[in-house]
Amino acid sequence: MSAIQKVPNRPLSTYLHKRPTTRLIALLALPMTWLVGVYIISLALLLVTAFWFIDPFTSKVIVGFTIENFVNIFTVPAYFATSIRTLGIAVAVTVVCIAFAIPLGIFMAKLARPWVRNLLAVAITLPLWAGYLVKLLAMRLTFTEEGLVNWLMAPFGINGPGFGIPVTILTLVYLWFPYMALPVFTAIRQLPLNLFDASADLGAKGWATVSRMVLPLITPAIIAGSVFTFSLSLGDYLAARFVGGKTQMIGSIIASNINLNPPVAAAFSMVPIAFVVMYLMIARRTGSLERM
Amino acid sequence: MNNNYAHSAQSSSPKSATSAVSLKNLNKSFGDVTAVSNLDLEIPHGEFFSMLGPSGSGKTTVLRIIAGFETASSGKVFLEGSDVTELAPFDRDVNTVFQDYALFPHMSIQLNVEYGLRARKMPKAERTKLASEAIESVKLTHLADRFPHQLSGGQRQRIALARALVLRPKVLLLDEPLGALDKQLREEMQVELKRIQREAGITFIFVTHDQEEAMRMSDRIAVFNHGQIEQIGTPREVYENPSSAFVASFLGVSNLISGPPAKELFGSEQMVNVRPERIKLQKDGSKSASDEIAINAKIVDVAYTGANTLYVLESEAGLRLVATRLNEELPGQDLGLEAGDRVLATFRKEHVAKIPNNK
Repeated sequence: MSAIQKVPNRPLSTYLHKRPTTRLIALLALPMTWLVGVYIISLALLLVTAFWFIDPFTSKVIVGFTIENFVNIFTVPAYFATSIRTLGIAVAVTVVCIAFAIPLGIFMAKLARPWVRNLLAVAITLPLWAGYLVKLLAMRLTFTEEGLVNWLMAPFGINGPGFGIPVTILTLVYLWFPYMALPVFTAIRQLPLNLFDASADLGAKGWATVSRMVLPLITPAIIAGSVFTFSLSLGDYLAARFVGGKTQMIGSIIASNINLNPPVAAAFSMVPIAFVVMYLMIARRTGSLERM
Repeated sequence: MNNNYAHSAQSSSPKSATSAVSLKNLNKSFGDVTAVSNLDLEIPHGEFFSMLGPSGSGKTTVLRIIAGFETASSGKVFLEGSDVTELAPFDRDVNTVFQDYALFPHMSIQLNVEYGLRARKMPKAERTKLASEAIESVKLTHLADRFPHQLSGGQRQRIALARALVLRPKVLLLDEPLGALDKQLREEMQVELKRIQREAGITFIFVTHDQEEAMRMSDRIAVFNHGQIEQIGTPREVYENPSSAFVASFLGVSNLISGPPAKELFGSEQMVNVRPERIKLQKDGSKSASDEIAINAKIVDVAYTGANTLYVLESEAGLRLVATRLNEELPGQDLGLEAGDRVLATFRKEHVAKIPNNK
């Protein structure tokens, strides 16, 4: 036990210890470069591009200022219809995901034996392991004219839905369901079991228990999940292209204009962002975000 | 404010011919584990009935079967004479107060109490009025707009009670409702529960592992052990005449004597019990009366517990006894017995309770 305090020779640590601001900069340098440099700036550039226009004769991009690209979204009927259609598809995907996730979550969290629960948890996350195109191909094969659905339905004289909006919605549900199922399952798992007992004890049947007790308590998880299902659906274009038949989504317009008319593509890129921001503002108004 | 439940007391009395709850040959197992076996039970109207036992003795399982949260493996549950064995909890006219209250965290106190009325599709004005009355009856009107997490344990407990009682059930089930409260609050709530039960005239079935609590409130107690009822009786009956060694030692402190020492003292090897407060201690060399049994013993340990002093004695034959004395006198004015002292321990023959089922 020596009474003398040794002075270690660590100049860098000693230097940083005395300067909290420098320390903070060192800590955040890398992530901020990424966030600001790559993320924000590229988005800002995109926004700026949306105000440029194209020379009708040479098809060259002219740096200037016009709001015509944005006006077109509202005034060109095909553009406007596509925006609304995309919004409808994204809402439908989200609603279907919620409708599947809640009963599944209740079963997994409260009723299933542990091995069944683990099996289902793997089954839900399994699609995440497969590539995006693999899943699209799988859905395409299932719903194609000579596919599984038509083959199964043929004896009943039913022809399955051809490629179109319904199959696009199903495909997007298939793609994004894990993002809804996992937070919903986790949230239901955290509900004490005796709240279910108490609800039944007080006379509430299954549906009343779900709508008055489960749903309000897991709203933050549903919003977290729906941010994924909603925004990923808004931005998708490959599903519409491979299983959508003639269905056009915002993504389809962006994709077809990326080389032809970058300013129009850029303006359209803002539409899903605007939808998501609006959605989050509505969610905030309900007070659900505070409990996230 | 105390008359809120008065009318249900009248409505339940004419039906007293049938029991409020009756269980017939009830069995329940979870996998290989038997939680309840061959249980029969009749609980009359308006009784404060306690199910007492250690954890894992099956008392909570029986409560949950009555509520409908568990289904019996076999056997029948009758409520007011009608078979409810197959009915879901929401179709049974019983309500439960849960151990950790199970209040809905996203609802105000008012809405929590209204929950059951809403499930019964009662119009809003009416359910608001009834819920407010119920909250008033547990003296928490000023907290009606708060949320459960803003309330103390005792307040949550009262709300859980109001939420169940506002539905005026025929039977109220209470699953260790006071377990999470501190001692003083628990004693207050014991008095409160007993008052509410008397005024409402509702049958209370109270699950607890605390024998003092059960004795204090109950009309009758069922002592559970290994999924069976060892004994049913009034607090006095189960305390004074325990049917088994388990009951004797679970309720209060017991001195169980059997085998050769019992033969020597009482002329039979059958197990008997003597309660510690019945054992008198006198200075060594004192005389005992003719109707008394006397044992010469040495004090091994003395423990002061406030109202009482507890003495652990060992007889010359090696028999261990526990005796308690009420601390009527100030220290220095009492017998002044200490560890190591020799004493004469005496108790009257009529205070020796035979244990019929000794294992």
